Amino acid sequence: MIQYTLRRLGLMVVTLFGVSVAIFLLLRIVPGNIADILFDSAGLIDPAEKQQIIKDLGLDLPLVTQYTHWIVGLAHGDLGYSYVSEKPVLDEILPRIPITARLAGLALLFAICTGVPFGVISAVRQNTWLDYMLRLMSLAALSMPSFWLGLLVLMAFVNWLGLLPIYDKAPATWGAALLMYGVPAATVGLRSSALIMRLTRSSMLEVLRQDYVRTARSKGLSEPAVTFTHALRNAVLPVITVIGIETAFLFGGLIVTETVFNIPGVARFLVEAIRWRDYPMVQNLVMFIAIIVVTVNLIVDLAYMFVDPRIRLRT
Amino acid sequence: MSDALYYARRYPLGVIGALILIIFVLTAIFAGVVAPMDPLTTNARASLAPPSHTYWIGADMMGRDMLSRMIHGARISLAVALGATCIGSGLGAMLGLASGYLGGWFDLIVQRIAEIMQSLPLLVMALVITASLGPSLTNTIIAIAIPLIPNVARVIRANVLSLRELNYVEAARAIGMGRARIALVHVFPNTLAPLIVLATAQLGSTILTEASLSFLGLGVPEPYPSWGRMLSESAAEYIRSAPWLVIFPGLAISLVVFGANLFGDALRDILDPRQGD
Amino acid sequence: MAPVLEVSGLSTVFHTRAGIVRAVQDVSFSVEAGETLAIVGESGCGKTMTALSLMRLIPSPPGEITAGSVKVAGTDLLKLDEPGMRKMRGSQIAMIFQEPMTALNPLLTVGRQIAEMVSLHENVSRRAANARAVEMLHHVRIPAPERRAREYPHQMSGGMRQRAMIAMALACRPKVLIADEPTTALDVTIQAQVLDLIGDLRKELGTAVVLITHDLGVVAETADRMIVMYAGRKVEEGTTKDLFADPSHPYLQGLLASIPKFGAGEGTRLREIPGIVPALNNLPKGCAFAPRCSAAVAKCQEAIPPLETKRPGHAAACWVT
Repeated sequence: MIQYTLRRLGLMVVTLFGVSVAIFLLLRIVPGNIADILFDSAGLIDPAEKQQIIKDLGLDLPLVTQYTHWIVGLAHGDLGYSYVSEKPVLDEILPRIPITARLAGLALLFAICTGVPFGVISAVRQNTWLDYMLRLMSLAALSMPSFWLGLLVLMAFVNWLGLLPIYDKAPATWGAALLMYGVPAATVGLRSSALIMRLTRSSMLEVLRQDYVRTARSKGLSEPAVTFTHALRNAVLPVITVIGIETAFLFGGLIVTETVFNIPGVARFLVEAIRWRDYPMVQNLVMFIAIIVVTVNLIVDLAYMFVDPRIRLRT
Repeated sequence: MSDALYYARRYPLGVIGALILIIFVLTAIFAGVVAPMDPLTTNARASLAPPSHTYWIGADMMGRDMLSRMIHGARISLAVALGATCIGSGLGAMLGLASGYLGGWFDLIVQRIAEIMQSLPLLVMALVITASLGPSLTNTIIAIAIPLIPNVARVIRANVLSLRELNYVEAARAIGMGRARIALVHVFPNTLAPLIVLATAQLGSTILTEASLSFLGLGVPEPYPSWGRMLSESAAEYIRSAPWLVIFPGLAISLVVFGANLFGDALRDILDPRQGD
Repeated sequence: MAPVLEVSGLSTVFHTRAGIVRAVQDVSFSVEAGETLAIVGESGCGKTMTALSLMRLIPSPPGEITAGSVKVAGTDLLKLDEPGMRKMRGSQIAMIFQEPMTALNPLLTVGRQIAEMVSLHENVSRRAANARAVEMLHHVRIPAPERRAREYPHQMSGGMRQRAMIAMALACRPKVLIADEPTTALDVTIQAQVLDLIGDLRKELGTAVVLITHDLGVVAETADRMIVMYAGRKVEEGTTKDLFADPSHPYLQGLLASIPKFGAGEGTRLREIPGIVPALNNLPKGCAFAPRCSAAVAKCQEAIPPLETKRPGHAAACWVT
């Protein structure tokens, strides 16, 4: 198990190195020199000032040197300066992280707490109207763009409740805080919830066909005991793996959801940075996202090993 | 033909999905004929006109007919989604086939690259690629297609690996058939079913990705009216005054993705029951 | 001595799209305490469905027990409500299955799975239930039972898992044990050990055993009495010794002729029964075995033969013999 973990950690470093190179190169094949863009947008005319910009940004250095500067800085927590605000990148990103983390955590919680139970119900009541309803609803949830759902939710709040669940730096009450985070989290988590539901259902159906479920029944266990003690335990194993994958999707969903609900999180910041062509910011944000995704996947894999004795106790 | 009828009866939801897709594709193809007005003609007096006899589902801020814009939008949204799905699935399948069949260092490298690509959320990667290539119709297609590649490559690779062990492939090898020929004659046709299933499943997600990109203002640029762009940020300002600007384009996206998902699910059950959810 | 298990007129059907499948038809038998009754037949003849019917574990829908009674120590299981039946399962009538590899839950320790049975039916502490689990593992001759109780099924061999299954099934001292092909999935040497174990425990605990198997060798070694099933019906019944010595039904004759006999001489050919078991949703009007029977006469196509006593303690359903 330790050996496996170390191997995974090694692969993780390789992957992140690959991501860093890919991002670095991608942002340097940009049509139109960054200096030109900044030069134009700053409204400068003096060519000397343009040279100054290039020098300031280190764009005159060879690519390898530029890359090494970045990575060495990254290792020291020095992420460079934003082109736009001219503040250190780290100072811009750090305060936004807790906001996005809270949203993502709540969304995941929402997805698991709704997806798993509904998946179980759907499987246990296979081919009843309840099952059909739940399946159709999950498919519908997977079909809606999350930003549109966000807009509809906003519309409903504005028109019927007369209030707007928009972001507020210091929510007055617990209720307000829950509304502020909970509504966008549920909006973005709905997709994951539907996916987890579908997976739980098919996995549960598979498990309910297994011999050991029949054994459990032959012992005289009640149906709930069979379902929860014996079947569900086995059925959630594949669901655990999908949580890792869903984290990545969730981040994609957060990009639009944070935009719709006007939440100053990391995800929306990425779009802003791209729009402002703030490349140091984009580069570091993408790297940050990759680190999160890869780490979550590692944790999920280890958790899976921990839950499944067949892998944990492999001899 | 009787097969098709048999499956149609067994998977009525799949038929509904297929019908939805067909209707949308036909609308997109004949947009010029179907649309009641020109999608680009502005009319200051009709600015934000609510649904009426003239403007069935209202008009936007510039007084352009929403229905006509949506019908033409179908063209852009579906073209981008279909293009991206075909390119992404095609490239992914080729890589997966080569990777699974050749094995060795080539396989190792492809696997690592796939892993690197999968460590970024689809939308993030699409965003970065658009940022790097600049906004245009072609670039949007490329930006959506590339993130699809690793997933397709992995599924096809796994499929090829299991196919390689099958008796008839062994037999073909035993009678001295060349590697390339075996790959083409025996292995490739058997990966088609999972590929079709996978591509159909991706179709819904590419439509959604295009919509998200355009919604963020980083997808298909003006003057093309893609559904995502119609919902673009400014629409948020109209949720109180002109909700039809928000409701209908989103409905169109949801409906066509719903159709693609229904169809994809049925197709999966028919062609590749093992793939599961 | 009154029989512990008394089955009479048991009939089970499955409602499928292809029509009604009559899996078990009018099957009756009884087993005394400490006795082993074997149910014999080819696959698809209704043996396993009979066993699952006794436990009331027929998946329903599509399955349904339509008639008969299953009395365990006088209580008719088919008349109980579901909670009442749950109390009987495991405590009065227990079952072990064919595949020890898949019949145990992979995520729970073996000890916990046995203890679960105990705490379900007996009002004992968790500690006492765990102690009983270890004791049962010891009972089925698993070495180092304390350690094995903490292990997961995948850490055990097939034979050991089947022993653990037996330990679980017998943990609450049920009056009846149903063993559905308990050794089919095991190596030959392990088979003998497991069968011996079942035999010893039966004597020790006075359990009535219903052994379901297609292996006549196993029957000869372990069963006191046997019934032969064909196409969902009981076609012959008697003591093992008697039936092996002088089978009445052409089906059993065919089955016995198809096993190699030691010292039968090189020239003797093994015979096989031609044809296959008929589909249970489309049975012939007369004797279901008639299409495969070399002795069949016109009457066999017309009516189903009733079970007749051929000799004391030996009954068969055949018009001819």
